[in-house]
Amino acid sequence: MSEKRYAMAVDTRTCVGCTACVLACKTENAVAEGYSRDWITTAVSGSFPNLQMSIHSERCNHCENPPCVHVCPTGASYIGPGGIVLVDHDKCTGCKACIAACPYDARFVDPRTGTIDKCTFCVHRVENGVPTTACQDVCPTRSIFFGDINDPDSEISRVLRERDHYVLHPEAGTRPRHYFLK
Amino acid sequence: MRRREFIKISSYGIAGATLLGGVTTNWFDLYGDQLPDPGTDGDRVVPTFCEICFWKCGILAHVKDGRVTKITGNPKDPLSQGHLCPRGTGGTGLLYDPDRLTQPLLRVDKRGSQEFEAVSWDAALNEVAENFERIKARYGAGALALFSHGYGGSWIKHLFKAYGCGNIAAPSYAQCRGPREVGFDLTYGWTVGSPERTDLRNSRCIVLVGSHLGENMHNTQVQDFAHALRNGADLIVLDPRFSTAASKANHWLPVKPGSDLAILLAWMNVLIEEDLYDRDYIERYAYGFDQLKEHVKSYTPEWAYPRTGIEPDLIRRTARMMGASRPATLVHPGRHVTWYGNDTQRSRAIAILNALLGSWGRKGGLYIPAQVNLPPYEYPSYGAADHRPDRANPSDFPLADEALAQGIRDATVPDIPGDERIRGWMVYGSNLPASLPNPEQTYKALQELDFLAVVDVLPVEMVGWADVVLPEATYLERCDEPFAPAYREPFVSIRQEVVPPLGESKPGWWIARELGHRLGLNEFFPWKDAMEYGESRLEAAGLSCEHIREEGVVRAERQPIYFEDGAVPEFYTDSGKIELYSQKLGALGFDPMPAFHDDEIEDPPPGYFRLLYGRAPMHSFTRTTNNRLLSEMMDENAVWVNATIAKEWGLEDGERIRLKNQDGVVSTYTAPVRVTERIRPDCVYIVHGYGHTARGLHFAKGRGISDSELITRYTVDPIMGGTGMNVNFVTFVRAGEVAENGATGADAAVAEEVAS
Amino acid sequence: MNEFTTTRHNPLIDPTMHVWHGEVAGYLFLGGVVAGIMVLMGAWLLMRSDEDRSEHLSLVPWTAPILLSIGMLLLWLDLENRFNAFRFYFVFRPLSPMSWGSWILLAIYPASLMLAWYTTPDVLRRKALDWIGGRIPTAVGRLQRVDAWILGHRTSIAWVNVLAGAALGVYTGLLLGTMASRPLWNSAVLGPLFLTSGLSTGAAYMLLYRLEDVERVLLTRVDMGLIVIELALVAIWLIGMATGGELTHEAMTLLVSGPYSPAFWSLVVGFGLVVPLLGDWIEQAQGHVPGRLAAFMVLVGGFALRWIIVYAGQHTGFSEGMAALF
Repeated sequence: MSEKRYAMAVDTRTCVGCTACVLACKTENAVAEGYSRDWITTAVSGSFPNLQMSIHSERCNHCENPPCVHVCPTGASYIGPGGIVLVDHDKCTGCKACIAACPYDARFVDPRTGTIDKCTFCVHRVENGVPTTACQDVCPTRSIFFGDINDPDSEISRVLRERDHYVLHPEAGTRPRHYFLK
Repeated sequence: MRRREFIKISSYGIAGATLLGGVTTNWFDLYGDQLPDPGTDGDRVVPTFCEICFWKCGILAHVKDGRVTKITGNPKDPLSQGHLCPRGTGGTGLLYDPDRLTQPLLRVDKRGSQEFEAVSWDAALNEVAENFERIKARYGAGALALFSHGYGGSWIKHLFKAYGCGNIAAPSYAQCRGPREVGFDLTYGWTVGSPERTDLRNSRCIVLVGSHLGENMHNTQVQDFAHALRNGADLIVLDPRFSTAASKANHWLPVKPGSDLAILLAWMNVLIEEDLYDRDYIERYAYGFDQLKEHVKSYTPEWAYPRTGIEPDLIRRTARMMGASRPATLVHPGRHVTWYGNDTQRSRAIAILNALLGSWGRKGGLYIPAQVNLPPYEYPSYGAADHRPDRANPSDFPLADEALAQGIRDATVPDIPGDERIRGWMVYGSNLPASLPNPEQTYKALQELDFLAVVDVLPVEMVGWADVVLPEATYLERCDEPFAPAYREPFVSIRQEVVPPLGESKPGWWIARELGHRLGLNEFFPWKDAMEYGESRLEAAGLSCEHIREEGVVRAERQPIYFEDGAVPEFYTDSGKIELYSQKLGALGFDPMPAFHDDEIEDPPPGYFRLLYGRAPMHSFTRTTNNRLLSEMMDENAVWVNATIAKEWGLEDGERIRLKNQDGVVSTYTAPVRVTERIRPDCVYIVHGYGHTARGLHFAKGRGISDSELITRYTVDPIMGGTGMNVNFVTFVRAGEVAENGATGADAAVAEEVAS
Repeated sequence: MNEFTTTRHNPLIDPTMHVWHGEVAGYLFLGGVVAGIMVLMGAWLLMRSDEDRSEHLSLVPWTAPILLSIGMLLLWLDLENRFNAFRFYFVFRPLSPMSWGSWILLAIYPASLMLAWYTTPDVLRRKALDWIGGRIPTAVGRLQRVDAWILGHRTSIAWVNVLAGAALGVYTGLLLGTMASRPLWNSAVLGPLFLTSGLSTGAAYMLLYRLEDVERVLLTRVDMGLIVIELALVAIWLIGMATGGELTHEAMTLLVSGPYSPAFWSLVVGFGLVVPLLGDWIEQAQGHVPGRLAAFMVLVGGFALRWIIVYAGQHTGFSEGMAALF
C-alpha cells in the first residue's frame, strides 16, 4: 500500500470568493486576530465590457520541494504525515527565513507565540478520523476538494483526472500540491 | 600508545560521533515533532439556527469551557446542508462583540444625542408599558406601531396584536421584496416567498436580473447556483456591473440601469416570435397569451437596443439560449427588487417569462413547496386590530398586502392631523435610518414621536434615538419559535440557547412576556418560556422534542414539488390560471401587461452617476459591519468607478473621496475609489451597510460611505407602494474640495466633528 | 487593465513582505566587516608575519569578536521567538544556509580570538598573562601552554581565519541568493558580492585606525582592487536580473530606476564605490598617504548596500504586491 499524499484542489468555476473558507479556518484553528492562513484573490483582465475574472482560494501549497523546509535552520519546518508541511512550534525561533523563502507568501508570524503559522491542511482532523479540512467542510459551493492523491479512488484523484487544472507559479520549482480546476 | 590516551581519544571520538549523529538526526527522535492541535472542538455541540441574515441556516455551535469556539453547518439541516456562508461562520464575532448592548438603557438627554443611563429591567419595562398605556388611552392602540425585522420579532408582533395594534411593518416589504411578491401573486396567485421556491440546483439555464448571487450570499441559493454551474448550466446575467455571477456567465448583458424591463420584453418578443416558448404549458395553464403576443410585437430587440445598450444579436442569442433549455430555464425572481419604482411590473415581466418558458412548477424552474403544519399556539383571539389605514396601509396601494414601513414613518410626522398621527414606536432589530429612504424624513419622524422603544443586540443608529433601549440576547443565547418554512422538503428546525445571555440581555420572548404582563395581557403569555411554547407546538404536530433538541432538525415526508410528479397546478388568481394578462391590474388603471415607458428612464445629470448598491458575501446589511471577525475580510466599502471615467476625473485607485448626491447631500465619511473595468461608465457602485455614525459601534463608526444617507430620493411603485431607491445620482467630492455642508473632503476626523 | 484584489492582509507579509529590517541589515554589515578583518589579517599573517606591525593593526583583531557579538545580538533581537535560539545548536541542516551560518558564527569566536591573541604585541600579552596569573594562580600554567601553542601555530591559525572569515563573508550572500522566491536576491552573484563587499568594508574599517603609512598604502591598494571587483559583480548582478525574465527584470528596476534608485546610485555606487575608488586612485597617483575619508565612504556604501538589498529584496516576489510600489 503506497504512502498517503495529501493534496487540495479548488474549483474556480464554482468558487465565488465568499471567504467562508477563510473564516472557517480562522475559527477552527484559532488563528490570531488580524491574520489568515488562507485567502481569496481575484484577478480581472480585459476591458469593459469584454472581461474575465478568476477567483482563487489560496493557502500554503504544501509543496513537494518545499524551500521553507530546506531553509529552516532548526528543523522546525518539516514534512509531516501525508506530505503536509508543518511547523513544530517548540523548535521555531522565528527567524523568518521560511517566510522569505516561500514564493507564495503563505506563512506569517503568529504574534502570540513568535513562531511561524500557516495552513496545516487541518492535520489534526485528517490524521484523526475527520477526513475533511475546515475550509472544505464549510465551502457552500463545494469548490474545495481534498484527499489522498495516491489513492486513485479518492475524490480528489477523480477530479484531477476529469478536469483540466493548474498550479500557481510552477516556475518557482517547488512542486505545489494545491491545484486549481479550470 | 598509553591506555589513558587511548581511552581519552576514544571517548572524545565517541562523544564527537554521538554529537554529530545527534545533531543531524534530531537527537534520535527524542524530541519528536508535535502535531499541532488547536483544540476548538466543543465539549458540547449545540444545534440551532443562525440569525446573521434571515435565511436561518441550521448550525452547530461548539462550546468549550463555556465559550463558543466555532460555528459549523448542521449536516442534517436542509438549508445549510452542513455548509455555511461566511457570515454564519463569523457568528462568534457578534456573540463576543465588545460593543453589544448588555444593559437596559434610559435616555437622559435629548432624543438622538445617544446619551443613556443603565437601568434595571423593571425600570425599563415599566417605562415602556406606561408610555404604551398612555398613548393607547389617549389615542388608541392604532397610534402605536411596531417595526420588526428578524425571526425573534415574532414574540413582539404577538404582543402588539394582543394589544390591539395592527401597525406592524418591516422594511423587507416595501424596501425589499414587496414588488416581487405582488408581481408574482398577480401572475400566479402565489408569492415567491423566503426561502425562494427556485429550483436552481436543477436549472439548465439560469437568468439573473440584477441578482448577484455569490456576493448576495443566501446560503442555499449559492449552493444550488454552484451545483447548477458544476453540472454545466447556462448562465445569463443582466447587470450594469460585472458581478461575481456575471464573471461565470455565458453572457453578461451590461444593461443600462433602469432599462431592464426593455430586455425582458424583448426576450418575450423573441420567445414568442421564434416559437421558443412552452406552447403546451401556456395552452394548459395560462390566460391572456394572445393579448401578450400582440403586446410584445413592437418590443423587438432592435427597439430595445437604444434603450438598453444591449445589441439585438445578443438579445436574440440569449433568448434562444433560454428557450433551448425550457422548461428547466429559471428567470430568477431576485430578492431585493425596489429599484426604480416600476418594480412590480418588472417582477410581473419575470413571472411572465417564467410562464412562457414553462418553468413554474417544473424541475429546474420554480417548485411547489411543502411545509410541516405546526399548529399555532392556542391563544385567545386577538380581536380587531386598530391601524391607521391611510398611511401605514394606505388605500392608494390596494394591492399592498403588507404594511409599508415608510408609510408608518410618514404617518408619524407633524403635518399629519393629530388624531391620525402615530405617536409611539417600538423597533425590533431594524436599523431604520439605514433601511428607509430619505433619512431626513425618518429623523423628522423620530423627533416627533412621543415615545420610542428599541430592542436590539448592538447599539446601531436606531438605538441611539430611543427613549428606552431593551438589550436582546443574540441568537446563540436564546430560544425562538420553531421554524417550519415552505421549502422543497418539509422540515422543522429549532433555535435553542447555546450559551447563557451576556450581561443583562434577555431573549425576545422574555421581553414580550414581561411587557405583556405589565399591559394586562397575561392570557396571551401563558407559557413559562419559549421552550415550553415550542414544545407544545411540536407535540401538537406529533414531533419529538427531545429528538429535535439533539438533532436541531426533523424532516418530514417529502411531497411532490413538480407538476409532473403530482404537485397540483393551482393558481390563486381571479381566473384560476396563470395571468399573462392581469385583469386586476387593468381594472385598477395599471398596465395589465408590463409596458415600457420611455419617460421612466432618467439619465444622470451631467457630471453625476447613478448610485447602485448591493451586497458583499461576508456582510449582511448594517448589522455585520461592526463584527470584527467578518471585518477582517472587508472592513470598508469602496466606490466602484469605471476606469475611463476615473481617468477623465483624474481619480486614482485607492484615493479617498466623498460622494455628493443630486440633492446636495454629501456623505459623512470617505471611501476609497476602486478604479475598475467592471462597471458601466454611467453608474457607480458601493456595498450597502457602511458609513456608521453610531457612537456605540466602536469598530464600524466612520468606516466607508453610507449609501442610505445618499438615498434621499425615491420613486414609489404605484401598485404596492414599494420605494425604488436606485434613483439617486452622485458626483465625486475629492480631498480638499469644500462640500455643501461645509466639511472639506479632507479626512474622516474633520467630517466627524462637523457631523456631530 | 489588470485588477487584482486579495483578502489577505497579514502583518509583515502584505502588501509586500517585510519581515527583516535594520537588525538583519546591521548584522550583514557587521558580519561582512568581521569577515574582512579575519581574512585580511589571516592573509597578513601568512604573507607578512615577520614584518613589524603598528600597535593598532595588531589589536584590531580583538574588535572582530566584539563586532560579531553586536551583530549576533542584532540577529537575536530579530528573532520573533528569541528564547528558543538555542534550537539553532541542536541540529545541523546541510540544506539550510542559515544552519551553516549558525555554526560558522560559533566557530568564528575561537578562530578570531586565537588570531587576536597571536597578533597582540608580546608586551601586552605578557601583561595580560601576569594580570590573570595574579588573579587566578592555578590557571597560569594552562594559559601559558595555550599561549605557546597559539604562537607556535601561526599558519594554521591564519588559514582557519581566512577560511572561516571567507565562509562568514559568503554564506549570507548564499542564504539570500538561494531564495528563488525573491527575484532581487536570487542570483549566484550575491555570495561573491557579499564576500567582496565584506572584505572591502573590513579593509575600510581597519583603515579607520591609526596605522603605519605603509600599512595604509597596502590596505588601500587592496581595498581598491576589491572595489573594482565589487563594481564588476554589481554590474553582473544587474545584468543578470535584467535579462532573467519579467520578475527579475521588475526587481532590477526597483533598484535601478524605481523607489530605491536614488539611494542605490548615490549611496551604494557613487558614495560607496566609485568616488572612494577615484579618490584613492588620485591620492595614490599623487603619492599621498591615504586618509580615512575614502574608508568612511566605503563603510557607508557597504552598509547602504546591505540595507537596500534587505529591504528592496523583500518587496520582490511572485505576488502582486510589488506592482503597488511603482
